[in-house]
Amino acid sequence: MMVIHVNGEQRELSNEIQTVSDLLNQFELADKKIIVELNANIVDSSQHDETTVQDGDRVELVHFVGGG
Amino acid sequence: MNERYSRQILFDGIGVYGQQKLNVKHVCIIGAGALGTGNAEILTRAGVGHLTIVDRDYVETSNLQRQQLYTEQDAVWRIPKAVAAEKRLKAINPEVEVNAKIMDVTVEEIDSLVQDADLIIDATDNFDIRFLINDIAQKYKIPWIYGGCVSSYGLSFTILPDETPCLNCLLETIPLGGATCDTVGVIAPAVQMVVAYQSTEALKILVEDVEAVRRKLVSFDLWKNEQTSIDVSQLKKQHCPSCGESPTYPYLSYENQTKTAVLCGRNTVQIRPPQKVERDLTELVSQLKKQGGQVDQNPFLVSYHFENRRVVFFKDGRVLIHGMKDIVEAKKIYHQLLG
Repeated sequence: MMVIHVNGEQRELSNEIQTVSDLLNQFELADKKIIVELNANIVDSSQHDETTVQDGDRVELVHFVGGG
Repeated sequence: MNERYSRQILFDGIGVYGQQKLNVKHVCIIGAGALGTGNAEILTRAGVGHLTIVDRDYVETSNLQRQQLYTEQDAVWRIPKAVAAEKRLKAINPEVEVNAKIMDVTVEEIDSLVQDADLIIDATDNFDIRFLINDIAQKYKIPWIYGGCVSSYGLSFTILPDETPCLNCLLETIPLGGATCDTVGVIAPAVQMVVAYQSTEALKILVEDVEAVRRKLVSFDLWKNEQTSIDVSQLKKQHCPSCGESPTYPYLSYENQTKTAVLCGRNTVQIRPPQKVERDLTELVSQLKKQGGQVDQNPFLVSYHFENRRVVFFKDGRVLIHGMKDIVEAKKIYHQLLG
């Protein structure tokens, strides 16, 4: 298990989650337009597959919705 | 001190001078649904000089849970939202010049709509119109405030031309599909939270306290007890077609406009004639009566019930076909009824 802070909340996640893309899948956000910030740096959407996440990382996720 | 505004004049961020600025500003709110009615009420009570509010739809019972300017009677009579909103806003504060328009905002309308606005508030329910707002706001250098919400989630971002990234910088393409209030619903507090962010940013901009403007993209989930914000300034793109060095404003070109749309939360398809028309509603009523079915009319629209379908015709030519999301099927019905 590893612990990642997602939007300020501690989350225990399986070690199978290795990349930003895995993380987005886990939170069912993979098909969304989303801004990902990893340890205070924005990760470009083209880099989600390659960027790895580790124990102790701080991730902020903001996805866009259309309703109003 | 003006009694009506005394409590916000006492507030440091506004004061007497801020109030004077507010009193002469023009805000254009696009959409009079949940976000639109919330923002409009706050800015009307705050004493903005001139408020334009635009909407293409009419009030239905399912709106009443969260769209704060409307009443049961508005839904019973299917009053256009712009008309119902204007009536309520004028009753709240007659000092504000409220200008409501029943209008489907596209590239044809948006230019004259926003030209002399000091601020645009996005209270729409789809990204086609937001990309249009984004381009026109860049063209005329008007600040605008994005807001969106579904279920218990919401987000907002303030776009200042020449300073912040624009919506095109953040998204690059119009998002397709995704959750809507149609599929996952929405709770009123999520709406109110986005309204709070949007209207506070609006007040800062209107009193010209640009320093105070929130520069981060902010989001929350009230049910999951989450909130976050991200500094997106590094996403501003030098060659952005909307806000870059040589902008082309791609969404202001007519080819990029959709003429049909599925309305969020309504299980309804809207069809708009290619050219502007003024529909003769009396003529239409007599024509529809010949075809059988139930025909109801108010001064703004005609509602037609037949074979378990409901179709609503507006004076400006638009038609809403209820009970479906299939654009092809909707067009078929449209042409069956109107030739």
